[in-house]
Amino acid sequence: MSTNPAFEMRNISKRFPGVLANDNVSFAAAKGEIHALLGENGAGKSTLMSVLCGLYRPDGGELLIDGAPVDFRSPRDAIRAGVGMVYQHFMLAPSQTVTENVMLGLRDTPFVLNTPQLAAEVEKIGAQFHLPVDPHAMIWQLSVGEQQRVEIIKMLYRGANILILDEPTAVLTPPEIEGFFRTLREMAAAGKTIVFISHKLDEVLSIADRITILRGGKWVDTVANANLTKATLASMMVGREVLFRLDKTPHQPGAAQLALSQVQALDDKRLPALRKLSLTVHAGEIVGVAGVAGNGQRELAEVIAGIRPVTGGAIAVTGQDVTHAPPLARIQAGVAYVPEDRSATGSAPDLSVAENLALRAFRKAPLAGRFVLKRQLMQQQAQKLIAQFGIATPSPQTPSRKLSGGNLQKLILAREISSQPQVLVAAYPTRGLDIGATEYVRKVLLEEREKGVAILLLSEDLEEIFALADRIAVIFEGQIVGDLPANTADLETVGLLMAGEQVEA
Amino acid sequence: MAFLINLLSAGIRSGTAILFATVGEILAERAGVLNLGVEGMMLMGAVTAYGVAYSTGSAWVGLLAAAAMGGLLALLHAFVTITLRADQVVSGLALTFLGSGLSAVVGAPLVEVAQAPRLPAFNIPLLADLPVLGPILFQHNVMVYIGFLLAPLAWFYVFRTRPGMELRAVGEYPAAADVMGVSVYRTRYLYVVVGGVFAGIAGAALSLAITPLWVEGLTAGQGWIAVGLVIFAGWNPLRAALGSYLFGAIRRLPLDLQNVGFFLRNPTYGYFMNMLPYLFTIAVLVIGSREAMRRRVGAPAALGQPYVREERGK
Ligand SMILES: Nc1ncnc2c1ncn2[C@@H]1O[C@H](COP(=O)(O)OP(=O)(O)O)[C@@H](O)[C@H]1O
Ligand SMILES: [Mg+2]
Repeated sequence: MSTNPAFEMRNISKRFPGVLANDNVSFAAAKGEIHALLGENGAGKSTLMSVLCGLYRPDGGELLIDGAPVDFRSPRDAIRAGVGMVYQHFMLAPSQTVTENVMLGLRDTPFVLNTPQLAAEVEKIGAQFHLPVDPHAMIWQLSVGEQQRVEIIKMLYRGANILILDEPTAVLTPPEIEGFFRTLREMAAAGKTIVFISHKLDEVLSIADRITILRGGKWVDTVANANLTKATLASMMVGREVLFRLDKTPHQPGAAQLALSQVQALDDKRLPALRKLSLTVHAGEIVGVAGVAGNGQRELAEVIAGIRPVTGGAIAVTGQDVTHAPPLARIQAGVAYVPEDRSATGSAPDLSVAENLALRAFRKAPLAGRFVLKRQLMQQQAQKLIAQFGIATPSPQTPSRKLSGGNLQKLILAREISSQPQVLVAAYPTRGLDIGATEYVRKVLLEEREKGVAILLLSEDLEEIFALADRIAVIFEGQIVGDLPANTADLETVGLLMAGEQVEA
Repeated sequence: MAFLINLLSAGIRSGTAILFATVGEILAERAGVLNLGVEGMMLMGAVTAYGVAYSTGSAWVGLLAAAAMGGLLALLHAFVTITLRADQVVSGLALTFLGSGLSAVVGAPLVEVAQAPRLPAFNIPLLADLPVLGPILFQHNVMVYIGFLLAPLAWFYVFRTRPGMELRAVGEYPAAADVMGVSVYRTRYLYVVVGGVFAGIAGAALSLAITPLWVEGLTAGQGWIAVGLVIFAGWNPLRAALGSYLFGAIRRLPLDLQNVGFFLRNPTYGYFMNMLPYLFTIAVLVIGSREAMRRRVGAPAALGQPYVREERGK
């Protein structure tokens, strides 16, 4: 790692309608450095890096690459200057192949594509940096981890010297993260500058050379990664002390509120996803479902919510059979659902915050009038929920697509919980959320547990499952292969079960 | 046998206009822009071709003028939908209304005039003498032959070339294309205009070679058939050729069946036969408007959505 800055951003400001996303931020990284950009959701990390990679034009400030001032008018200019970004939402066309996506936009390829040759080049770069991927596969066939590799290869192929990765680990499983970090170190050793955006403290501490912290669009500090603790970083990031501990009362399960027996269902490709899965959740307990992604978690949540047909077995909610009941009937039976996909399934992005908050309650009095909705009351109720759940929104009329991930999740939770459900299915409720929002969501789940709600929690974060759950159900290939009390379960056993190993009880 | 040869030959001839229009619309939609103005652009192309050919004495000049007219109208659609980001459906419908009305007005004096020059028709040497295939495929006007080349060329362009790949990326995920340095606006403008050029040519093929004459409403809904065929063809030019010729044949069927005994005795059934292509088009459009179905048949994912770089939340 040399001391020459590979790039330097000076006093960058960027304003969006209603928000100052970057306020006079300065940021620089050296050649061969892994520099972490740390901050909560909405701190302005993605915006700052979108300025560096030419996607956004800053409203003020200067940009220097290798000491020379530059003015990027488009990502293309930035790529030419060696700056490549891997976006949080991958920029890959799903119906095209890996090779096609890597080649997209290159002008020096021949008019008629020589696919075999291009594919070989893609493979070569992949091999060089331990990024294995099949160059002929269609993007939609790949796991998110593989898609991420394609994104990185895409940038390396263009000779990027400065590689920006926007929350790259959010989509990876723990073993994938290890391999990914190895690749990062190799790239840094090869002289590339890496900007690693994250809000996960452990990861930042384990990979970064230096760390720059943003908060509320402003630069807080840039520190070398030596003698740092999670607590100091967290307080710089959040602006106050953070508790990493949750208080939980003893496990006192009540009646079985949600019972699945021998449930079968197909996935989107019409292959069996749930194979005679049985699971019971009692009132006042949280059952955490642990498993490697793609073992039927999504389908499990969806059959309970009623948005995926069941091909065998039975589902009962508070003793009532709802196996083939439509979603509305399940809502009426007391099922609340916090889906994995917040914007497509969990909310109607073009409807206002107030309307989204009313999506469960609008059918009945007091919101439903004889023919029309009582909009004034809806506004009032929305205002109450916005205050109660601390949803940061310009107004109740703002379309919900304008909310950040954490605030959208609070909105969904507010809606689902305010209906006083018996059963709550929460699919990856803290995925992608920052510390503050995560803390809040977990607190709300524990409060609901206190109130006697039966909660099924799906999470890829084992720490979260261990912290929240009373029982841990391990899912593997569409079956529950282990059901352990959380206070006696150990990480190793759960890990083995997740991998499909037989474990002696 | 003679009946079948006749039907297929006529089907190919009559499907050629639909083919041009469909391939053009495929290109525009592959870029993510739906243009429901095909019918209007075809009509304006047909009337322009006829008028210009009549006054210049050259069918080829007429064809060029029609192409320019189609491109110009499409440019209007591009401006309204890409730059101003207006609703693509509304703008396209408006274009069809505009084209139908305007072509009727400017075309009124042309209905009376003597026949304008036609695009040439000729037999392909040797091939035309083949039994069965000869009369079906190789005894046509020049537009039919160009049509034969068009579909495979368009297919190759879309799926095997660099610009074709960029085109698909822009319609599939414009943000991805944009960050990789492909200009979404330029690409969309280009292919919407190309789509219009093809629709104009389709109109010229009708009025200068296939029908060949000008009357008000000459296209008789073929532009709509083309829009429907795009979905039926799964946005694939080769399948579009198949569909176009099939439709050409279906459109011809009532004419050829007129003299069959059954239809002579029950002439009303002929009207039902005439409805067939339109019923089919309506069915395809209804099915194709369902999101899930569109996805399954491979619609460009960003079809119908304007693109703005700094906007979030799609
Ligand atoms: N395209 C956009 N339009 C409007 N507001 C935006 C846009 N992008 C980001 N913002 C706002 O700017 C702020 C910073 O966002 P962002 O840079 O995405 O934060 P981070 O990546 O740190 O989570 C947030 O308040 C966000 O709502
Ligand atoms: Mg971000």
